[in-house]
Amino acid sequence: MALRVLVTMAAVAGAVTLVVGQTAGFETLPVHGQVSMVTNGRSNVLLQSGPQGVLLVDALSETDGARLVDVVRSRAASKPIRYVVNTHADPDFTGGNAAVAAAGSQLVAGNFAGQVGQRAVDGAVPQAFVVAHENVLKAMSAPTGGRPAAPFGAWPTDTFFQGERTMYFNGEGIFLIHVPHASTDGDVLVFFRSSDVIAAGDIYNTLEYPRIDVARGGHVNGVIEGLNRLIDLAIPEQFTEGGTRIVPGRGRISDEFDVVEYRDMVTIVRDRVQAMIAKGQTLEQIKGARPTLDWDPRYGSTSGPWTTAQFVEAVYRSLTAKEGR
Amino acid sequence: MRRALLTASVVCVALAGLPRPAAAQFDITGSYNAIFHEDQPERIPGPSLGDYLGLPINDSARAFAEAWDASRLTVPEHQCRAHSSPYIMRGPLNMRIWDERDAETEQVVAIHVDISNFQQRRTVWMDGRPHPSRFAEHTWMGFSTGVWEGDTLVVTTTHIKQMWHRRNGLPQSDQVTLTERFSLHGSVLTYVTITEDPAYLTEPLVKSTNMLRNQRPLPPQQLLYPCTAVVEIADQPRGAVPHYLPGQNPFLKEFAAAHRLPETATRGGAATMYPEFRATLK
Repeated sequence: MALRVLVTMAAVAGAVTLVVGQTAGFETLPVHGQVSMVTNGRSNVLLQSGPQGVLLVDALSETDGARLVDVVRSRAASKPIRYVVNTHADPDFTGGNAAVAAAGSQLVAGNFAGQVGQRAVDGAVPQAFVVAHENVLKAMSAPTGGRPAAPFGAWPTDTFFQGERTMYFNGEGIFLIHVPHASTDGDVLVFFRSSDVIAAGDIYNTLEYPRIDVARGGHVNGVIEGLNRLIDLAIPEQFTEGGTRIVPGRGRISDEFDVVEYRDMVTIVRDRVQAMIAKGQTLEQIKGARPTLDWDPRYGSTSGPWTTAQFVEAVYRSLTAKEGR
Repeated sequence: MRRALLTASVVCVALAGLPRPAAAQFDITGSYNAIFHEDQPERIPGPSLGDYLGLPINDSARAFAEAWDASRLTVPEHQCRAHSSPYIMRGPLNMRIWDERDAETEQVVAIHVDISNFQQRRTVWMDGRPHPSRFAEHTWMGFSTGVWEGDTLVVTTTHIKQMWHRRNGLPQSDQVTLTERFSLHGSVLTYVTITEDPAYLTEPLVKSTNMLRNQRPLPPQQLLYPCTAVVEIADQPRGAVPHYLPGQNPFLKEFAAAHRLPETATRGGAATMYPEFRATLK
């Protein structure tokens, strides 16, 4: 009996030891340099932590935003969250903006202080800046007067419309590279130059086919261009392995060659669908021909938020849209 | 009593966390060369296009291979790709195995394998550590752990990059689990692999190979393999992905014709692995 109690106690103590430092359901993995990846299993966040504070790339969903703050606190307890950079407007990535930004603070001065964040108006500490392409703000705020897609507190506070934007934080240059018409019309790659890590957002996804929101300006050719841009930027260490790390919006840490195989896949599927469209085939005929057969066991799905059929339809809609990309 | 229980449980937890010593039953350290008496046509000249004989592939793997164009290897980002661990050990290689020991305890922490082909280094952890998260990166050699089963070293490898099961385009996914068994008989190392690939194989793929232990160490130049990607096709556009559209690969029937084999056999699948398959061809 005593032995049984001992074994049980030991097992429980061991289990507790295993989860120390991890928020339940979340994993944090070092990537490279001063960048780590936090994942809830469905989407990823990059966490750059250094002397100036914390910068996050994306903020998970609305339901996971507060828990993401817990993870940041466990990793960088004394450091303020200064920035959240959104790779695109998908709620899986921007839903947590409000909670994370509210938990942070930013250094501002003079009249500008009153313009940054809701709490600054009340004289409280300003919140972290939320940086994104301006099309992300448009998608979340419904500037046409419709109902906003996201609550005000989650909106980007610091947007740009150029092809690139640069930042310097925690001792390294950070490139924000807009990829027009990829998964949406507001995608950016976030390249940490010293850490040698790139956040790819929904342009690259090791769990499923790339998500393409054609209604929000997405296009298969933009996704392919984004993947080629990643390949251009990445420098492998040896035998096309290692070197620059690329973190997908969903899935595992990667390097250039992982992206190469994914780029090859999307390109081949695009070419097949294009060839069938040229022959006058309908969407249903194209789906029936299974242009993704080669990769279905790896990336395909018949249920869930992003199915194989949705991907094939997005490719078809991209290629048959009136405005070419 | 309560204090004793608590102390004992803390000790149990502490012991559980310690590396488990690996009791080596055979010393397999040394230098080796490959022997090619098994599957020489596939391993040295290379398989023919369209030859999927004896491989337990599914329809998706076959579709991938039928779209594959060898010109893809001209693309700079493909040129220096290494073979992955389930494939590389059967290639033309020199190999050096050595063990790494804890300086204090002399326990074997890891067994390292240097492979001349693509100058790869494998590390087989012998200290009982777990495999990484499914969100960790994948590499050509993957993440390996080993245990001794009697006189056989059994190695389990995960986190392997996407590559090929056969060098004619048949894909190996990044979901494979590789089990290897190393057994030394005199100077011959018998090496058996069991590859499970939930994406592209319907049954485990089993291969065996022999390697010969050298009396003399390998000189450095026999372990080197420099590779630099170059422009092979001057006007190849950025982002080029050479491939055949369905039904347009002109090379798929050459192998069957040259060897007078029925196409149903050359297209592979689990059934083609077994002797009973012959009866279906009569």
